Amino acid sequence: MRQTISVLVENHPGVLARISGLFSARGFNIDSLAVGETEDPSVSRMTIVAEGDERTLEQIKKQLNKLIDVITVTDLTKTKFIDRELILIKVGIRAQNDRTKIIEIAETMKANVADLGLHTITIEAVGETSHIDDLIELLRQFGIKEIVRTGKIAMETESREKPKTIKEEEE
Amino acid sequence: MTTKMNGARILVESLKKENVGAIFGYPGGQALPLFDALYHSDLKFYLVRHEQGAAHAADGYARATGKPGVCIATSGPGATNLVTGIATAYMDSIPMVAITGQVKTFMIGNDAFQEADIIGITRPITKHNYLVKDVKDLARTVKEAFHIASTGRPGPVLIDLPSDVQLAETEFHYPEKVSVRGYKPTYCGHPGQIKRAVKMVSESKRPVIYAGGGVILSGAAKELKEFAEKINSPVTMTLLGLGSFPGNHELSLGMLGMHGTGYANHAVQNCDLLIAIGARFDDRVTGKIDEFAPHAKVIHIDIDPSAISKSVAVDVPIVGDVKCVLEEFLKIVHRPHDKEWTEKILEWKQKHPLNYKMDDRLRPQYVIQQICEATKGEAIIATDVGQHQMWTAQWYNFMRPRELLSSGGLGTMGYGFPAGIGAKVGKPGSEVFVISGDGSIQMNIQELATAVVNKIDIKIAILNNSYLGMVRQWQELFYGKRYSHTKLENPDFVKIAEAYGAVGIRISKKEEVRPAIEKAMRTKNTVVMDFIVEPEENVYPMVPAGKRLDDMIGSMA
Repeated sequence: MRQTISVLVENHPGVLARISGLFSARGFNIDSLAVGETEDPSVSRMTIVAEGDERTLEQIKKQLNKLIDVITVTDLTKTKFIDRELILIKVGIRAQNDRTKIIEIAETMKANVADLGLHTITIEAVGETSHIDDLIELLRQFGIKEIVRTGKIAMETESREKPKTIKEEEE
Repeated sequence: MTTKMNGARILVESLKKENVGAIFGYPGGQALPLFDALYHSDLKFYLVRHEQGAAHAADGYARATGKPGVCIATSGPGATNLVTGIATAYMDSIPMVAITGQVKTFMIGNDAFQEADIIGITRPITKHNYLVKDVKDLARTVKEAFHIASTGRPGPVLIDLPSDVQLAETEFHYPEKVSVRGYKPTYCGHPGQIKRAVKMVSESKRPVIYAGGGVILSGAAKELKEFAEKINSPVTMTLLGLGSFPGNHELSLGMLGMHGTGYANHAVQNCDLLIAIGARFDDRVTGKIDEFAPHAKVIHIDIDPSAISKSVAVDVPIVGDVKCVLEEFLKIVHRPHDKEWTEKILEWKQKHPLNYKMDDRLRPQYVIQQICEATKGEAIIATDVGQHQMWTAQWYNFMRPRELLSSGGLGTMGYGFPAGIGAKVGKPGSEVFVISGDGSIQMNIQELATAVVNKIDIKIAILNNSYLGMVRQWQELFYGKRYSHTKLENPDFVKIAEAYGAVGIRISKKEEVRPAIEKAMRTKNTVVMDFIVEPEENVYPMVPAGKRLDDMIGSMA
């Protein structure tokens, strides 16, 4: 089972180490983790995608919530949310018409050319993870040289249903 | 009106505001300003002989008094020497504030002399920790540290204080209130859950209460007794829970788990409702987890949500402070006094009591029984870790909370003696006994100086079998008696005691035991009693690791 958790934390040094230390010490697996400042500069938001059975995921949320620097933990999987990921894919050009084919795929997949070189093309794309994965598969035939992904960021959509914080869930 | 003062002074003034009764510590280069400020203050400071002793003494002080313990060390090695003591307190949820000196802020990260990243090192073994880089944050940080250490599920908090911050000046305001937005412990249980639990209690035929250290931390011993009597349920306790329910009560089953009583383990395996109160289903308690309390529905009361359903699935979880939740229970709970179950338990207790061989040899269990009788079961007992610890749990009849100090979670050898020092400092009117082994006592034996110099008259009983007894027991039972590095050649403990200025007594015959204990109690000094006990005595009953709780060696099959 995979879960997307949105965590609001105090924006000060050492907080990331607390979170990552918690995951390694307790043997939890992080698929991806993205951090950035929020509209309130004293608060950062972390979007964590984690994998595990139900009990493990429950423990992850509880253990996160136990950290003093964690303000709220929201399990986005239990609500409606949008998620996006940014990816850069560097693809090699081996044959004459590769370049046209790659650009065509990029256009169809609503991706952009970020850099055009003599031997490579770098494509940038933003989207949901499944969309990004499709793009990678389509480009694989040309020989992928390098991939950089940001990891997922996620946000709940306008409240059709309010997600519960861990504390409310327990009640 | 406020005056400017330096960080060291601010720390000292803040500790006074927190009514800190005692500080255990050891000075050093990066703590010099702090020690200078202590020199001028009237705070009670106890100089230990190793920083580990300071951390354990602060822990023992906290366990005996319920107030957070405080220890201070310098940067680098001073700070790292606290680590075992901090981890011990963390595993057992003991409120503690540890203060460490640190190299100057601009030197941090430069591999400076006596620099260690103690914040990084203690991150997984503290409830929270702080590096104070600006003196303006110091007073608030101390306030927060004490608040966090002593509320919710208690635990150690560390404050790392660079020496230039100790010297920097600012105005001192001690905040009245704390507000930490990410820290709001739940105290009152959810009323719906409490109702559900109460219904389960009233419908149960064979309930067992399983009480842990949380009952003691929460100060809920009175409520637990009322609750158990009201629903007529037997009570078994974890090692840290001993004393939360009177050991001589007819509903008491003593300790459960690996070295628990046969009747406690059988009661748990046969109950239809297990009421876990402030306990966390440790592997030393549950044995084989899939077959733990197989017929029981489980109610779990704990202040820490992450303790719930961590290892055992729970039917009714109640997040809240044990005392607060039990008070709610007591208002509405009712269970018909069904005698069948309690009679069965009584029968088990009578038929299969704890036992050891009664002969004229000096057996360790006998020593503990004699200590219990001589002190009328009213002493504070600090133990180390090993066979003597389990025998203490089995044979000393703990009647009240905060009278057993023992490292349960981490299992720290070397804990008992300094913890006993801390306890005696916190409770000078109480008789304090340290029950230790010949292995454990040597891990912090240097604290004899601390005890003697400060006239902290505690009584140390070494159950000396010339082995690392518990490891030897495992080697005997599971490693074909290959006693790999568990035989100890010991120094003369009587002479060591005397060299430190304490009193040493050697006891090698059964009939000498009681007179020696009584002599020790009459002596106004630290006394070391070296009991030369049966070398290959084992702790029974025993549930081998990974076995079912009722699959015991040495008790009711």
